[in-house]
Amino acid sequence: MTSSQLLGISTLGYLLASAVYIATFIFKTKKSGIIGTFIILLTFVIQTVGIGLRWYESYEMGYGHAPMSNMYESLVFFSWSIIIFYILLEMKFKNRLLGAFAVPFAFVSMAYASFGKGINQEINPLIPALQSNWLIAHVVTCFIGYAAFAVACGLGIMYLMKATSDNKSTESLMSTLPDLKVIDDITHKTIIFGFLWLTGGIITGAVWANSAWGTYWSWDPKETWSLITWFIYAATLHARFTRGWQGKRIAWLAIIGFFAVMFTYFGVNFLLSGLHSYGSS
Amino acid sequence: MSKNKNSFIDFFASVKLALFVLFFLAVSSIIGTVIPQKKPPEAYIELYGDNMAKLFQVLDIPDMYNSWWFILLLGLLCLNLIVCTIKRLPNVWRMVTLDNLTTDLSRLGKMKERKTYHPSGSINEAASQVKNSMTSCGWKSSETEREGGILLFAQTGPWSRLGVYVVHASIIVIFIGAMIGSYFGYKGSMMIPETTSKDTIFEFGTGKPLKLDFSILCERFILTRYDTGAPKEFLSDLVVLEQGKEVLRRSIEVNDPLHYKGHTFYQSSYEPYNKFLVTLTNNNTAQSERFLAEPGKEVKWKMGQSDITYGIINRQATNEPGVLNYKIWFDDESGEPSTFWILDGGSVSVPRGDTDYTFTLKEFFATGLQVTKDPGVWYVYIGCILMLLGLTAAFFVSHRRIWVFISNEDGKSQVLVSGTSNKNSLAFEKTFEKLTNKIDSDLSA
Ligand code: HEM
Repeated sequence: MTSSQLLGISTLGYLLASAVYIATFIFKTKKSGIIGTFIILLTFVIQTVGIGLRWYESYEMGYGHAPMSNMYESLVFFSWSIIIFYILLEMKFKNRLLGAFAVPFAFVSMAYASFGKGINQEINPLIPALQSNWLIAHVVTCFIGYAAFAVACGLGIMYLMKATSDNKSTESLMSTLPDLKVIDDITHKTIIFGFLWLTGGIITGAVWANSAWGTYWSWDPKETWSLITWFIYAATLHARFTRGWQGKRIAWLAIIGFFAVMFTYFGVNFLLSGLHSYGSS
Repeated sequence: MSKNKNSFIDFFASVKLALFVLFFLAVSSIIGTVIPQKKPPEAYIELYGDNMAKLFQVLDIPDMYNSWWFILLLGLLCLNLIVCTIKRLPNVWRMVTLDNLTTDLSRLGKMKERKTYHPSGSINEAASQVKNSMTSCGWKSSETEREGGILLFAQTGPWSRLGVYVVHASIIVIFIGAMIGSYFGYKGSMMIPETTSKDTIFEFGTGKPLKLDFSILCERFILTRYDTGAPKEFLSDLVVLEQGKEVLRRSIEVNDPLHYKGHTFYQSSYEPYNKFLVTLTNNNTAQSERFLAEPGKEVKWKMGQSDITYGIINRQATNEPGVLNYKIWFDDESGEPSTFWILDGGSVSVPRGDTDYTFTLKEFFATGLQVTKDPGVWYVYIGCILMLLGLTAAFFVSHRRIWVFISNEDGKSQVLVSGTSNKNSLAFEKTFEKLTNKIDSDLSA
């Protein structure tokens, strides 16, 4: 087995899991939810082994670096982070319906990694500036934050779907979702968690830049966009905490914030240029 | 007048202003990511036309992150934070240091989390029992006598209320660090050819030369490659010289700079010269000499009676990526000239009649160093650590308080347990239930 086979299987696994979770939500079949959880856990194990194997393979090839160095590897890690975050959420809140709104993000990320145009799947050597433990810390912290924000976005969508359903047929469908208050609460907690990790991600990035270039902050587009994202979530927290914003407004902010995350992640690489161009290959 | 003053302060203390500033910072930051920064004026005229370029110059768009209005916006954020803190901190401090044993007893019966018990013993017995139950659940309580009974109080995490203020202060600390860096620091570069030393830095942007009060010698520069030919690692062996004397010796790599006297020297680039450093040693007389040799040119060394002549006459790739093999022609006037191959960075022994030479060769480079002096960086790092600690306290630690009032109601003992938490009430509900279950079972045992 090679790592790319295992990662290919995980793409299929997340597709299957997404389908099962969405079916569970639509057809209200409790049992299929258990199958979804089973598929997710199994696929997660396969993907973890796949990432570990890719790491090992890079050593075999004489490059020896953690699998987080280009767009392909970061997409795989992004989906991995979403899933681990989701599994913990499912365990904590004992609700499988969240899966229909979270797992598809992980599938899309894997699918894009596997089939996206211009995504290079090869293991390449690292240029000297990227050979740093701070880089690994930076990527890991950022992506845990991104994963939380992806889930918060899913929860925001869930909230808005439930809050705006007024006709009878969708109402019965929505009634299986958690209470609006509960969704709102989980969204808020998820954003808090993501904010903490995003802060850590920006800080580790600054420390890395300082150790490689002697500047902890240079207003390069990726840095600036991560700061923009950070401002948006900081504003969201203040709006809620001190001005009592709740419900739909926070749900919208969770979605808007995630757009900023996505732009930081992809938009900067494809539309703007800067130091972080390594991600574009 | 005082009303005006108050509304002025209220404006700068308001979270509304904070939301506005954060939103405006987020939106305006986008400009600099879309419009290229720090290009010469002609570039903007070419890209956006005359009029737009003029407008850009007026608004400092070409260097917007250092423009007066962006700095003003950041300053407004700081002012907002400081005024807000001055206004709120006294109240928060009062909450942190509050003596909760003087709490108004009528509040206890109105708290959301509360339980009442009627134990059979006296109030003193009940008090000591409850105290034990609390201790075994991890609540360290203090007690006092109040009208009609005994009040116990225990709390966790009162200081976590300061977490938010630590986060806010950390932002100020980071700004201070950034300002110290921009006023007292600089950035520049230096190019040091191997085996030579330099003491002048050329500042970025202005190109102004800055003299150090020490000098840096580059003894050796090494470039290694991946088998794709891409550079894998640059490494320089540096020596710090004070008045020509060696005081520090260190190898640096791209992610591993040299720190000396507030300056940091980063490996950033290199420059090849198509020249070679050659050392030639006569092993009999131990005479040795270093040369800078160019390929295809003869080099002469007068050593005693005999003249030595050598030259690099050919080169060849090896199996090792990026490593070359060089062919040397060598003559010391004792018989036929020798030719031999030597690897870049290698050493070869050349026997010539009754003498024996050691010949070493290495491609000659200059190492490119980026030099920064930033006395503010530690403030920035301390600010970052404070921010993470503050966020953790603000988000995940709550201030939980438990009061127990044990009183005598109509000749019977009554125990009223009540509690509050400033956040995460769901988790507190569970903790409270655990504690009251313990108290209940201990009291009725
Ligand atoms: C980027 C800048 C800022 C960051 C990262 C930040 C961070 C935070 C955090 C993490 C909290 C706690 C929120 C919660 O528990 O959900 C908070 C609360 C708060 N922030 Fe900020 N803040 C910033 C700027 C500001 C500014 C400019 C003001 C000025 C008015 C402000 C006023 C407040 C207030 C009043 C609270 C509530 C404090 C309390 O309950 O005692 N913040 N802030």
